[in-house]
This record gives sequence, structure tokens and C-alpha cells, in this order.
Amino acid sequence: MSTPAFPRPLPRVEGDAAPFWKAVAAHRIELPRCTACGTLIFYPRTFCTRCHSREVRWEEISGAGRVYTFSVVHRATHPWFMDKTPYVYAIVELEAGVRLPTMLVGCATEDVSVGMPVEPVFERASDDVVLLHFRPRSA
Amino acid sequence: MTSISDRSRTLRGRAAVVGFAELPPSKQPGDRKPLDLISEVSAQAIADAGLRPQQIDGIVVCPAMMQYSMLWPSIVAEHIGLAPTYLEFVDLGGATSCAMIARAAAAVAEGRCETVLCVNGDTWDPKGMYLKPPPLVSPLRDFTLPYGAAGANGDYAMAARLHMDRYGTTSRQLAKIAADQRTSAQRNPIALFHGQPLTIDDVLASPVICDPLHKYEIVLPCSGAEAVVVTSEDRVKDLPHPPAWVLGFGEALEPDPFQRPDFLVTPTVESARRAFAMAGASPKDVTLAEIYDCYTSAVLIELEDAGFCAKGEGGPFVEAHDLTFAGDFPLNTHGGMLSFGQPGLGGGMTLVVEGVRQVMGRAGDRQVRRNDLAFVHGNGGTFTEECSLLLGRDR
Ligand SMILES: [Zn+2]
Repeated sequence: MSTPAFPRPLPRVEGDAAPFWKAVAAHRIELPRCTACGTLIFYPRTFCTRCHSREVRWEEISGAGRVYTFSVVHRATHPWFMDKTPYVYAIVELEAGVRLPTMLVGCATEDVSVGMPVEPVFERASDDVVLLHFRPRSA
Repeated sequence: MTSISDRSRTLRGRAAVVGFAELPPSKQPGDRKPLDLISEVSAQAIADAGLRPQQIDGIVVCPAMMQYSMLWPSIVAEHIGLAPTYLEFVDLGGATSCAMIARAAAAVAEGRCETVLCVNGDTWDPKGMYLKPPPLVSPLRDFTLPYGAAGANGDYAMAARLHMDRYGTTSRQLAKIAADQRTSAQRNPIALFHGQPLTIDDVLASPVICDPLHKYEIVLPCSGAEAVVVTSEDRVKDLPHPPAWVLGFGEALEPDPFQRPDFLVTPTVESARRAFAMAGASPKDVTLAEIYDCYTSAVLIELEDAGFCAKGEGGPFVEAHDLTFAGDFPLNTHGGMLSFGQPGLGGGMTLVVEGVRQVMGRAGDRQVRRNDLAFVHGNGGTFTEECSLLLGRDR
């Protein structure tokens, strides 16, 4: 194969989202909350997408949540993931009230279900970046 | 003060599509550039409308992935020898082509121009896409790609999974959409899957790509080009073909599909509501639908949100109706993109062209019995940008 090597897709730890990724690297989930209207903002910005206030405060939120929906990916599109299949791409709804795209790990793909309780797994992806995966939790 | 719907009603039937052209889709990138396809299909569409190039005074274009460029509207106009008084660039993913027609119709109604060429053309080279993709700056992608988002496949598969879990929708029901469309494609000699009939069981036997979606529930990008000509109500009567009147259009965006109250309730609710309000029509008046079929799950959810059935009843709806060109609910009658191919940044112009073709009564041996009112719909992103269009045989 003469296919060029594709690096793992990683988030940019910069700008408005930097505090989020730095918190995840320290095994915490933090998101900005608008001090004017209380909206929890995801993906992270330093202003409120609902009322446009620029007063936001980062707060730690619980990683407890449930699988909102998911797909078992059997054929990846990004080259880095091609030999990682099957894996579970999912949306997790946190009790704090936001939904996060994520990867579900730590269980057989056929055991995943909508509504399944999950908890965070902090997955070191590079020297600088830790990703926020989830795994089943006993409810 | 007048309301938006009062004002939008003044746009009803002020413009019509009077000509179209479509190049055969191809799975090969070929030697020709998008601009070559665009110039060829534009000339054909203008001739089909019975017009000369000098009579085109408006142009609406969309991005070409394989020839991505700034200043694209003027580059295209210059290349094909047009000197327009109205130029527009539309970049709304799968909602692009319906939105191009909407802008052309509005520009004509506003008196900014008389006759508008709307053209899409692109080549498809998967290698090119990976080695040199057009720039795409989206902060949200930093939160999806690292988790294996699998292009759009993963998101539309997750929509299907949630629909199944919540409403009991089955893979057989979703597969029927693909199979019925494939039946219609057998009457379309240029469809990529012409000559390859497909049953529900064939769909279910094809490999699962992103569970629960199978290979034949997922669109195939390809090279191709389409163009349509939109003109004013005054000019329509002098032209050779019966018009397809632009009776209504509406568009809506809802960012970040994951945070909306319900992942399965999309801005199609709003885009369709606006289109029907402008036209003074309702879903039960529609006699054929050409709606965005990047995935079977997209079709199902668009049918619900556009109002053809209640939320959650898309599965039983597609099961109860014959969706072929000869059926009681003709849907994606040239095969849809699932069987025709998806040319050009997924813009969906091929669905617009088929809607026009049917309403004009020029669909040959796949002509639907009742062509009074076509609902054409484009869906971009993960059900984020939506544009609905109503084309009528009579004004
Ligand atoms: Zn706020």
C-alpha cells in the first residue's frame, strides 16, 4: 500500500475551547455557563449563544449521563479509523443538560443500547490531548 | 404592518423554471474540470429554454469541490460568456440547489434580473478529497472527528437508530425507500444504478456500513452537472416548454443538531411550513416529492417534518405507499440520489431537475400520473440547513 499516513484527528487546544481540553487533560469536565441567563454552552465559547452576554463562568459538571443515540461504525471514512472498526460513535446526554458527541468504549458493540447509563473515560490521544470517551456505568 | 407570510405570498408564482439540462453522472473523475461540465450543461439548459446566452441576465452558482475558488460567480459567468446584472453564490450543503432556485425566483420577482441560470457541476475524486480537501473551518468538528464521526454516515445512522428505538421503525421500512427508488431508476437510462434492480432483501443483505445503515441506504458521490433556467412570469409565455411555476419556497437553519430539543425534529418543519404558506397549499395537495436522500433515514425524517405524516409514522407511511414513479406517492422518481448518484457537493440539483421534468410533463416513460404539484427538498449538514421548494404545473 502506498497510502500516505494520516495522523489521528485531534482537536485544536486553542481559543475558546482551550479550557475545555485542558480540563479534560486533568480528568475533569468543565463547560462555560452564562452568568446572565444560565445557559450551559456546548461546544464551548466565551460568550452565550442564547443571550449574547460575554459574561460566562467555567464550571465543573458531572460526567454522569446516558446514551442518547449511537451507531456501530463498521466502515470508517477517516483513514486513521479504518483499522479501528467496529467502534461505537455516540451522543451522550449528560445529566447537566448537554449532549456530547463521543466514542463509547469498554463494552461489546452488541451490548450498547439507547438510554444506557455511562460515565467518562479519559483517553490520552497524544502528548497534549486527552479525549473524552464514555463507558457503561452501573445505574 | 404586514407579516412575513403576507409578504412571502407576493412571491408566489412570480417566476418559473422554463428549461433544464443534466449531464450523465459518472463514478470516474474524468479528464474534465468542473468548469468544463458547467459550461456544457449551461449551454444545453439555455438552449432547452429556447433562449440565447445574451438573454441570461442572472446567474446563481454553488461551490465545486474539485475546483474550489473564490470569485466563483464571476469566474463562471465570464467563462460561459454571460454579462449578468445579478450574481449569487449559494453554499448550504444539501440545501444548496433548492436555495439557488429560491434566490433566482426572488431576484426575478424583485426586478433585479429577468432570466437566471442556476448551475451546479463538479467532479468526484475521493483521492483528491483526502489529499487536498477544500478548507472547512467548523469548531464543532473538533468535537466530532476525534471520536470517529465517519463523515455524515455516523450522524444519519444515529438518527436512524434513535428513530427505531423510539418509534419501532424497522430496517425493512428504511430499505423499502431505497428499493422503490431503484425501481424508478430502471426507467432512467443515465442513473448510475440503471440495469441493477434492487429488492428490500438485497438492501438488507448489503454490508452494514454504519449500523443500522446498509451500503444501499447510503448515497454514492459522483461527477456530474445540472442546470435550470428561471425566468419571469412575463417571459414564460414566449418559450417552447410548459413552465414549472415556483409557487413556494422556505429555508431554515438550526445549528448544532446535537443540542436541539429533539435530534429527530429538524428545521424542515420550518422550511416546509414557509414554502406551503407562500404557495397557499398543504402537504395533501402534493402529487410527487423529490426530497433529499443522502440516506434512507434522511428521507424518512424529511417526510415527517414536511408534514406528509406525523412524527414517528414515517416507517408505516413508506410501507403503506408505493413510492415508485407509478405509485400513489411518487418519491425521487429518477431513482433519487441513492440510485442516480450524488453529483456536486451533495447539492441536490438533480432532485430539482427531476421535479421540473415531472411538472413539465417531460419525464418520458417514468412520467408520474399526476404532476400538479412537486415538493422538492434539500437537506444540508446533519439536518441543519433545510430548503423546501414547491413547483406547480399551474400557477
Ligand atoms: Zn445567556
